[in-house]
Amino acid sequence: MRVLIPKSKPSKGAVGKTGLWRTSKPVVNHDKCIKCVICWAFCPETTIFRFQDNSVDIDYEYCKGCGVCANECPVNAIEMVED
Amino acid sequence: MTSIKQLPYEEYFLAGNGSCPGCGLTIGLRNVLKALGKEVYMVVPASCSSVVQSPFPNSSATVPLLNTPFAASAAAASGMVRALKVMGRDSVVMVWAGDGGTFDIGLATVSGAAERNEDLLYICYDNEAYMNTGGHRSSATPLGTFTGTTPTGKRENKKNIPLIMAAHGIPYVATASIAFITDLYDKILKAKDMKGFRYIQIFSPCTPGWLLPTEKSVESAKLAVQTGMYPLFEIENGIFKISAPSKAYLKKEKRKPLTDYFKLQGRFKHLKEEDIKLIEKWVDEISEEYASMDGKKVV
Amino acid sequence: MSIIEEKKGVSNVKVVTANEAVALAVKCAKVDVVGAYPISPQTSIMEYLTKYIETENLSMEIVRVESEHSAMAVAMGAASVGARAFTATASQGLLYMAEMVYWVGGSRLPVVMAITSRAMGAPWILGNEHTDVLLPREWGWMVLFPEHNQEVFDTIIQAYRIADKTLIPVVVGLDGFILSHTTMPISIPDQSVIDSFIPKDVPKPYALNTSNPFTHGNAVHSNVYLEFRYDIFRTIEESEDLVDQVDKEWEKLTGRSYGGVIEEYLLDDAEVAIVVIGASSGDAKQAAKNVREKYGIKAGVIRLRSIRPFPVKRLSQIASKLKAIGVFDRNMSPGLGGMIATEVKFALYDLKDKPIVQSYIGGLGGKDVRIVDFEKIFTELKEIVDGRIGVQRVRWVGLDLAAVDSYFEEV
Repeated sequence: MRVLIPKSKPSKGAVGKTGLWRTSKPVVNHDKCIKCVICWAFCPETTIFRFQDNSVDIDYEYCKGCGVCANECPVNAIEMVED
Repeated sequence: MTSIKQLPYEEYFLAGNGSCPGCGLTIGLRNVLKALGKEVYMVVPASCSSVVQSPFPNSSATVPLLNTPFAASAAAASGMVRALKVMGRDSVVMVWAGDGGTFDIGLATVSGAAERNEDLLYICYDNEAYMNTGGHRSSATPLGTFTGTTPTGKRENKKNIPLIMAAHGIPYVATASIAFITDLYDKILKAKDMKGFRYIQIFSPCTPGWLLPTEKSVESAKLAVQTGMYPLFEIENGIFKISAPSKAYLKKEKRKPLTDYFKLQGRFKHLKEEDIKLIEKWVDEISEEYASMDGKKVV
Repeated sequence: MSIIEEKKGVSNVKVVTANEAVALAVKCAKVDVVGAYPISPQTSIMEYLTKYIETENLSMEIVRVESEHSAMAVAMGAASVGARAFTATASQGLLYMAEMVYWVGGSRLPVVMAITSRAMGAPWILGNEHTDVLLPREWGWMVLFPEHNQEVFDTIIQAYRIADKTLIPVVVGLDGFILSHTTMPISIPDQSVIDSFIPKDVPKPYALNTSNPFTHGNAVHSNVYLEFRYDIFRTIEESEDLVDQVDKEWEKLTGRSYGGVIEEYLLDDAEVAIVVIGASSGDAKQAAKNVREKYGIKAGVIRLRSIRPFPVKRLSQIASKLKAIGVFDRNMSPGLGGMIATEVKFALYDLKDKPIVQSYIGGLGGKDVRIVDFEKIFTELKEIVDGRIGVQRVRWVGLDLAAVDSYFEEV
C-alpha cells in the first residue's frame, strides 16, 4: 500500500537561496583577521566557513546579511557593504 | 572549559533555513547540536522553530526531529525516550521549545515529565514572548515590555521558571545565553551525560520581535547578562552556582546600567524613568537573592 | 469453546470485564509504551496494565502522565520511533486529548486507542453514550465498535493489524459500564497465534532514527495539504475490504469472526432492519426475533462493526433489499439527527432502490434502552413501510420531558 507520510529530508537551502534576502553583505578583510573564529561561532545561519587554519569565508549563497559577524568581530575585520 | 576554537566544526543545522536574519535561536541551536552530536532526537512543539526548520519536503535539521502540538513536547519526548529504552536504542532525546511552550501552555506537561524525572534534556530557548505569532506577551516577558498584547508595557514580572523546575528535585537546571556560547556549550555537554530530567533555558534574542537591529542579537544578549537582567546559573543536584559570565554582575556597582540594554531594543523604547526604577528593583532583588544562594543547597 | 480452538489446543479461558479484556489484549499485542491517565469508566484498563507491568516483569513501559493530552502525546512519541503504542480514554478525557488525537491521525502513526464510551458534560454525567467514540471518525482515525468482551479482545488485536497496514490509527470503542464493568468469559489465543497475526517487524517508513534522519510533521505549503488529507480519506475509504479480510484471517486462526465491517443478523428475507452499534446490538437482535415470532414482521439487524471505514459498499448491498431502516443512535448531532443516521443516509442516497431511513435517538447519558424499545422501532418501521405513519426527522426513544417540565425558565 502506498501512503503519504508528512516527513521531510535534510537539505541545505530548505527555503531557497536565502542570500537573496540580503541588503548588505559582510566582507572579510583577511589582513586584519586574527582567526579567532568568533564570527563563525555566532553566525545564526551556518554561513561562515571555518577552515583548518581558522581563517574564514562567507557562503554568500545563503548569508542573510544580518551583520552579527561584523558586530562581534573584535578587530573590525568584517565590513558590511551594500549588496 | 571549552574555548571558542575548540567548538566542533560539524554542523547539524543547515544554511538556507527559515530563520529571520540575526535570529538568536539558531545561534543557540547550532551550538547545542554541536555539543550533542548526531545521536540525538529532537522534539519540537509549535514555536518559531516550527518555521525555522523549513517546510516539506525539506528540513534544515540533520538529526531526527518530531514536531508536536504546542503543549505536548515534554510528554511526546517521554514516550519517545521510553520507547527507545524498550527497543534498546541509546540516544539523547532533546525537547527544543520556546518560552510560550514552556512557561505557559506546556507548563503542566513539562512539570509532569520533570516530576517523573524522565530521562530527557529539555531546552527552552527564551525569546521572552510568543514570537511566532508576531510578538505577544508570555509569562517570560519582562516587566514593562511592549508586545502586541501589551501595547503600553507588560504589568507583571517574568515568571521564574528555572527555580520552579529546580523545585521538582530534578538533577540539573541551568540558564545560559547565546552570547556566552562556550558556557552554553559546556552546560549542554554536562547535561548530555547526566540521567533524568535536565532543564536548560537559553536566552535567545528575537530581532523582529524585540525591534532590534539584526546585527545586535549577540550584543543585546551579552548586555542582558552584564546588566543583571538575565543571570546565568546552574542548579546541580540542588546546589546553586552562579556561572562565570554572571559572577561579576551580582554586585550592583559592577552591573552596567539597564538603559545600555534597553536602548538597543524598540520593545523598551516607551519606558519611563519610573518603569526603569521598577525593573531595576526586580534586578536588584533577584541578584541579591542569587548571591545569597550561590554555593548553597537550595532544593 | 469452539471446536477449532480445541483442535488448536487453545484453552486459556478467563472471565473478565471488557476493560480487563482490553488490558489483556494490549499485553498480548506486546505493546511497548502505554500513555496512562485515569477517567471513568476507562480507569481499570490502566489499573490492570500497571498491575501486569509491576508483577509480571513485562518489557512494556507505562507512562503515568498528568493529562489525557499527554497520554496521547506519549503514544505519539513512542510510535514516532517505531514502538507499538497504546492509550485509552473516555468522554471529557477524549475532548481534552482532541488536539493530539487529530495530530496523530495526520502523522500516520499506527497508535491504537480504546475509548470506553461515556456521555460528556455539562452537566456532569457518567453514563454511557457513543458520541465520544464517534468523534475521532472525523480526525483521521479508523473507528471499530465491538459488541461484547470477547470481541473487544479480538478487535484490539485486529486493530494493530489494520493500523500497521494502513498507517491509520485505530479507535476501538466499547460501551462504558455495560461492557467495561461486566464480566464475561473470553478465550485468549496462544501467544504464538497473536505474534504471527501482528508481527512487529513490519515496514515502518514513518519511524524516526538517527542513521537515516528526517523531520516528521513539519509545515507544508497549502499546495500539498489537501493531498495529505486526501491520502487519509482514500486510505480509510479503501479499507472496507481490509477490515473484512483481517476479520476472516482472524477466524482462520481462532475460529472467531464478526462479519468484518458489518455483522448481519436475520437479513436474508428482511423487509425492515435496525442499524445499531455496540452492546445494544444484542437487545436489537432479540427484538428482531421477538417481532418475527409475535407479529410476523420480517425484521433484521445491521450491526455496524466499523464506523471508519464507513461500510458504504456492504451497507448499500444490504439496504437495496430492504424497505425501511431505523438507525438507532446513542449519540446526537444537535438539531440534525443521529450521527450514524446522517451517515447512513449519505451512503444510501445514490441507491436506485433505497429504503426509507428513520433516525432514532435514545440512551444518551446511560438512559435505559430495552428490548421492548427495539421491538417498538421495528413495529414503527413496519407502519412506515405500510404507509400508516410518516417519517420524522428524528424519533426519540425514552424521551420524558414531563420529568423536567417544572424546571424550564423563560429567557
